[in-house]
Amino acid sequence: MNEPAPSVADQSLDSGTSDTTGSRTTFWLGLVVLVGVVGVATLGLFGVPADDVQADAVRIMFVHVPAAICTYVAFGLTAVGSLMWLWRRSVWWDITAHAAAEIGVLLCGLTLATGMLWGRPTWGTYWEWGDVRLVTTLVLFLIMVGYLSVRSLGGDEAATSTRAGVVGLVGALNLPIVNQSVNWWADRTLHQQSSLTDGKIEDLTLFTVLLSIGVTGLAGLWLIIHRFRIGWLERELRAADLHDALENQRLEAHRFRGPA
Amino acid sequence: MKRDRGRALGRDMWRDAGLVAGKDLRIEWRSRATLGQIVPFAGLVLVLFGFALDANRPTLRLATSGLFWVTALFVTVVAVQRSSATETSDSARRMLLLAGIDPGAIFVGKAAAVAVQLLVVELVMLVGVVVLYGADIESIPLVAATCLVATAGLAATGSLLGALVAGVRARETILPILLLPVAAPVLIGATRSFDDALGSVAVNGWAWLGLLGGFAVLNAVVGVGTYATLLEEA
Repeated sequence: MNEPAPSVADQSLDSGTSDTTGSRTTFWLGLVVLVGVVGVATLGLFGVPADDVQADAVRIMFVHVPAAICTYVAFGLTAVGSLMWLWRRSVWWDITAHAAAEIGVLLCGLTLATGMLWGRPTWGTYWEWGDVRLVTTLVLFLIMVGYLSVRSLGGDEAATSTRAGVVGLVGALNLPIVNQSVNWWADRTLHQQSSLTDGKIEDLTLFTVLLSIGVTGLAGLWLIIHRFRIGWLERELRAADLHDALENQRLEAHRFRGPA
Repeated sequence: MKRDRGRALGRDMWRDAGLVAGKDLRIEWRSRATLGQIVPFAGLVLVLFGFALDANRPTLRLATSGLFWVTALFVTVVAVQRSSATETSDSARRMLLLAGIDPGAIFVGKAAAVAVQLLVVELVMLVGVVVLYGADIESIPLVAATCLVATAGLAATGSLLGALVAGVRARETILPILLLPVAAPVLIGATRSFDDALGSVAVNGWAWLGLLGGFAVLNAVVGVGTYATLLEEA
């Protein structure tokens, strides 16, 4: 656990070093996501009938539910990455944790925003303090914003990764509270129980929700891959700068001493 | 034999933790920081809440639990900042490591010292809310249990995050950003429990102690597990 942190140069990417964040795989993945988004939008806006109770407001579900699920997955990935950094000193996992946290914060913000927009027509209010799932999701969002603040502190790279790793782990402790809060405090929530598991949802609506979850998951993956590669290139750049600076110092010292 | 060795190690850890806690508490006692600065700070916050709520007794009485634990959170930030400052000045942290003390024991000791300070401040705050807000304590055992369990969680989380930001220049601002949202479950749980103990809302306060206890244990486990890495690197 306390071994010195290896440099990026010690842990090369399997795909080899590239100076761009895109690849053939991410191109095709992006294309699939684009087609999927068009499909979900078409089905969600025109194919699925309006709900008897919630009318057209129910269509927010096609963004809200997938964003919420992918938020949990992204923050879970951050927790695993944090653990792997603290345990194995894996630079690959450290950058993955950072990338997943950024995308997770984005998705969590989207979950909260769409939840508020959905809450206004269905609950009659944008925000309900009595709803534990809502409040704990906000707490999770704030913890992960704290994680990104720690990441932006600068200074020694390994120390920043360790600090962020601990925050990532502490944040992960909150995940089960968020996910299970409806069950733990069922008398204090306005959230309905999961419609996906209780079979109350109609066929086309269910299909669209599942498709949307898949598309949002792939979009998140696409973003994480690109953010990961940016992180990796940033590290390589810093390592190269340090290498160049050392090389210049050596040359200067050589000039000062003169040829042997 | 392995079990005996484990027991001996455990005994050493608790002894070392006691030494570290004693050291921190002696420093606090000699500097009179808790009594001279943290207690007046807590009192000031309680008075300011009174001004903010227009000194309306019924409103204050109804909100006493929440105001009490928000103040406790602010006090935790101040106490943890002092606790980590003790170790960063004069490279005391390095000396502690060189002394060969188990980092887990250092964490437990520092958290225990913070917890003792918080409990002293909470005792004074309890008198404050009774006198200033007119709160009625209906269940002393529930108040005592809530204070003990919630304070354990606050001290464990605070000490862990305090060590995490100790070497950072912007630690005064980054500590509240990290600690306040992480400690939110304590605020929610302890407030609900106090609502019952003070008779302001009809809830089962004892049921929330499980959540508070779980929070304290989880954060203490993370603290013991990661403190060595934080001390050496962060």
